[in-house]
Amino acid sequence: MKTIAIIDYGMSNLSSVVKATKYVAPNSHVIVSSDFNEIDSADKVIFPGQGAAKNCMLSIFEKKLDSVIKKNANEKPFLGICMGMQVLMDFSEENEGIDCLGIIKGSVKKFNNSNKNIKIPHMGWNKIKKNNEHPIWNGIKDESYFYFVHSYLIEPESDANIIGTTEYGGEFCSVISKKNIVAIQGHPEKSSSAGLKFLKNFIEMK
Amino acid sequence: MSVTKRIIPCLDVDNGRVVKGTKFVDIIDAGDPIEVAKKYNDQGADEITFLDITASSSNRKTILDVVENVASQVFIPLTVGGGISSVDDIRLLLNSGADKITINTAAIKNPKLVSDASEAVGSQCIVVAIDAKRKDSSSDNVWEIYTHGGRNATGIDALKWAEEMEKRGAGELLVTSMDKDGTKEGFDLELMKEINSKVNIPTIASGGVGTLEDLYEGISVGNADAVLAASIFHFGTYTVQDVKKYLKEKGVNVRITNE
Repeated sequence: MKTIAIIDYGMSNLSSVVKATKYVAPNSHVIVSSDFNEIDSADKVIFPGQGAAKNCMLSIFEKKLDSVIKKNANEKPFLGICMGMQVLMDFSEENEGIDCLGIIKGSVKKFNNSNKNIKIPHMGWNKIKKNNEHPIWNGIKDESYFYFVHSYLIEPESDANIIGTTEYGGEFCSVISKKNIVAIQGHPEKSSSAGLKFLKNFIEMK
Repeated sequence: MSVTKRIIPCLDVDNGRVVKGTKFVDIIDAGDPIEVAKKYNDQGADEITFLDITASSSNRKTILDVVENVASQVFIPLTVGGGISSVDDIRLLLNSGADKITINTAAIKNPKLVSDASEAVGSQCIVVAIDAKRKDSSSDNVWEIYTHGGRNATGIDALKWAEEMEKRGAGELLVTSMDKDGTKEGFDLELMKEINSKVNIPTIASGGVGTLEDLYEGISVGNADAVLAASIFHFGTYTVQDVKKYLKEKGVNVRITNE
């Protein structure tokens, strides 16, 4: 039986991610963990997150999760969700600026609302446009709707890794992939059938 | 392309069962919350709100089981309200699988609860419900906040209250007109417009929906980001699909999944 570890850095409500993962992977062993060995021995890792970047990074360091995240992000299918996507970058503008994990080159910026024409946070259902082929998109239609809740967005240095984009006060990278890493700004665990398919595709990634 | 306008069916839950017609007719058992929630998810609901109307406090924990069970099978945002009075209550519901919590009377008794809760669990989880009634003597746009289903006046001005709740960290406002609730005459559009001119957080219009046109006006005239309705869905007058099809034809950006 395959084990899927969901990283618990202590600041996030994980129940939705756990429930959705169990739903799409009934034959897998789903664990919630902040233990190096447990996470390191899992077959796949999901790194969900919510809240502020600074609290997230402080908890990661406090629980000494940075090394296991960096190691596993290089070794096995690894899925970052929402804040779990943002902190993979080098740096976030949030909370007067905070260094992040530096696993993907680029930074995290606040939505540009100089025209005051969008509400922040970006909250609700929005389309993701597929930018590149990727196994995570198997059976998911282009421009499927996903559920989003966030005030900051990622700006990767290289466009090559962008596999999904979304429009909100401009186009931003909503799904990124680098080798075995996939990360999404939206919440697949709350995105009905498209989101469940996305999670299932991740579970099936080799 | 932007975020879509959300259509939110609201379910009244009493002792773990979905009931309908709480206001003008006897409560009728409408079924198993999981089945009802699944049905609305299949119809394309963007979110589901559960309002716990269980009277006895000893039975209140049944809502936790309801949320736990629904959240294990229905994967869209779930909002829960009714009788929530502390950050601990909120945490319990979030841990059971709720995504957002609606605070109503408790925010009026203790506005700091909204600040504490948004600090503790994030603004995105905190919805403040505003039950407002137009001042009788006033031909101007003045509304007062009421509690207990429109029975108790608080003396609080609804527009000022909306601004205060935003400052305290509310992530959304659920605005119900106590003049319109249950009438099927449509939303109080002036109320929605005024609140939306004061705050920059999303607003949900509620109270008074009878027709598809009412829902459209809540969005197009009232500037609401989402519309919430109960009876038109429960009594099968319209499905969520009907609503979205109508709104789309009117040019409203809605999530239609089967195209």
